[in-house]
Amino acid sequence: MSADAAATGQRKLTRGAFGQIWYQLCRDPLGMAGLVLVTLMIGSAILASWIVPYDPNQILVGDKLAAPSMAHWMGTDHLGRDVLSRVIMGGRIALEVALASLAAALSAGLVLGLIAGYGPRWLDNALLLAFDAVRAFPVIVFALAVVTLLGPSLYTVIFVVAITAIPIYARIVRTQTLAVRNNEFILAERSMGAGTVRILGMHILPNVVGPLLILASMDVPLIITLEAGLSFLGLGVRPPTPSWGTILNDGYNFIRNSPWPVVFGGVPIVVATLGFTFLGEALRDIFDPKLRKDL
Amino acid sequence: MWFYLARRILLALVTLVLAVSLLHVMIRAVPGDPAAIILGPRSTPEQREHLRERMGLDQPIYVQLGIYFADLAHGDMGEDVITGRSVSKVVFEQLPYTLVLILTSIVWAVALGIPLGCYSAVRRNTLIDRITGVLSVSVIAVPAFVMALYSLLVFAVALNWLPATGAGEGYFNSHLVLPAFAVGVSWVGYIARVVRASMLEVLGETHVRMNRAFGLPGSRIVFRYALPLAILPTVTLIGVGMAYLLSAAVFAEIVFARPGIGALIVDAVGERNYPIVMGCVVVTTGLFVIATALADLVNALLDPRAREGM
Repeated sequence: MSADAAATGQRKLTRGAFGQIWYQLCRDPLGMAGLVLVTLMIGSAILASWIVPYDPNQILVGDKLAAPSMAHWMGTDHLGRDVLSRVIMGGRIALEVALASLAAALSAGLVLGLIAGYGPRWLDNALLLAFDAVRAFPVIVFALAVVTLLGPSLYTVIFVVAITAIPIYARIVRTQTLAVRNNEFILAERSMGAGTVRILGMHILPNVVGPLLILASMDVPLIITLEAGLSFLGLGVRPPTPSWGTILNDGYNFIRNSPWPVVFGGVPIVVATLGFTFLGEALRDIFDPKLRKDL
Repeated sequence: MWFYLARRILLALVTLVLAVSLLHVMIRAVPGDPAAIILGPRSTPEQREHLRERMGLDQPIYVQLGIYFADLAHGDMGEDVITGRSVSKVVFEQLPYTLVLILTSIVWAVALGIPLGCYSAVRRNTLIDRITGVLSVSVIAVPAFVMALYSLLVFAVALNWLPATGAGEGYFNSHLVLPAFAVGVSWVGYIARVVRASMLEVLGETHVRMNRAFGLPGSRIVFRYALPLAILPTVTLIGVGMAYLLSAAVFAEIVFARPGIGALIVDAVGERNYPIVMGCVVVTTGLFVIATALADLVNALLDPRAREGM
């Protein structure tokens, strides 16, 4: 065990940080599979406009509900739109939602968590209570309530995801801040006259960001599922914008005429979930084995 | 112990009250007049005024909240703006369907997941352990509504073995099979994984190894000494997972056109039927808070160590 640790330490010196991560990832087949799937997904989302075989909203009158063929690899839906093109464009929507909501949730969670962890006691307690109140709603029920208020749209989905994720991230940041704030290097810094902002920004933040990013990357599948789920209910992305959820919804209404839109609408959700889960778990094990226990 | 119990219940109540207030404030903060939204663009100002009065929207927010909680204490959650029926009646008519679905799903998932997890832990790295591991990750990765759609496609549409829609007569019948399968199957995976992990940990502890050294038979060690400890995380998992179970149930109800809270709330969202949405939110959030508190309590009962930090 200790020899192993020494060997890893050695590698750290010779390979550099990224080489080290790459080396460990290569030894984990599931992590590698996750990396491949995630890369594929991100790549196809970026290149979506160039690689789609048809315009995802183009209606081909003669080819409604066609089975998969050479012309349409995943068949066509009830309006004669090419399902493969819609799946590829849907990936872009899914990633956009995930990125936007994660960015919002992370920045807000970071600020609130730092305030709770470093601020006065009463503020900490008040924030904790607020976090608990938001967490008390089952996510889907909260999402549905917010949709009633704001109306269905892409932005509503992003808002819901951000609001429900903020308490989780803020709590993690708070715990980490509490753990770090009484360390000697912080005391030393304070005794040298550093202000609160400098201590938080220069010393506590770097200690908090790592675990937060890993956990956030593992939340991507949850966000993708929520977006697809709301869109499936007709309460997320508005038609005719292609989303994996709307593809499933369209397919569901014609499930007795053709199974293909439902079959191929579900596959990318499963693939994306598997990819992000495998990659996230592998990265978590590499960066911070302690987090493994939190499941 | 009693102190712990009282504290936990009080905390649950406070969260519930805060959560409901938050929702009220949000309804109020949204631009636009709820009455106008419900009645549509062609309503007259008098009609809107009348509805606002009926919903109590002409009162200041804290009075609205006060009235809502006072009524809630009597089990009154207002009336459906469209049919005029009592919200609590409508909600409690639908609730049993959802509860039956959730309970059936979790019962079969536990009944299958725990033995699978135990077996995988005891016979580690055998073929069955590997297969269970891969299968559990795969079923966890399939979201409930995709699972519901696929099982509808295979067992109802293609094979025609089971009914595709509705709830049939009574609660327990063939209509329950597919939804319960779709909701529960990823939980088999979760539970198997968690039980396997905690079982491995428990089997490595000294008291279990001592039992083995004393020559107790393997099955007795597993079932009598290791299992009761190893299922603790599962209890927490199910308590915290109530929210996921509920959202899975919402989707299963939509896909299989079953009655239930999920179907009710989705319809109400489409109609902007605020009182019904609010009623569903209160009841489900209440359930969720109670389930989490119960899981904590059961954990405290089973494991004295969990009681200390509280």
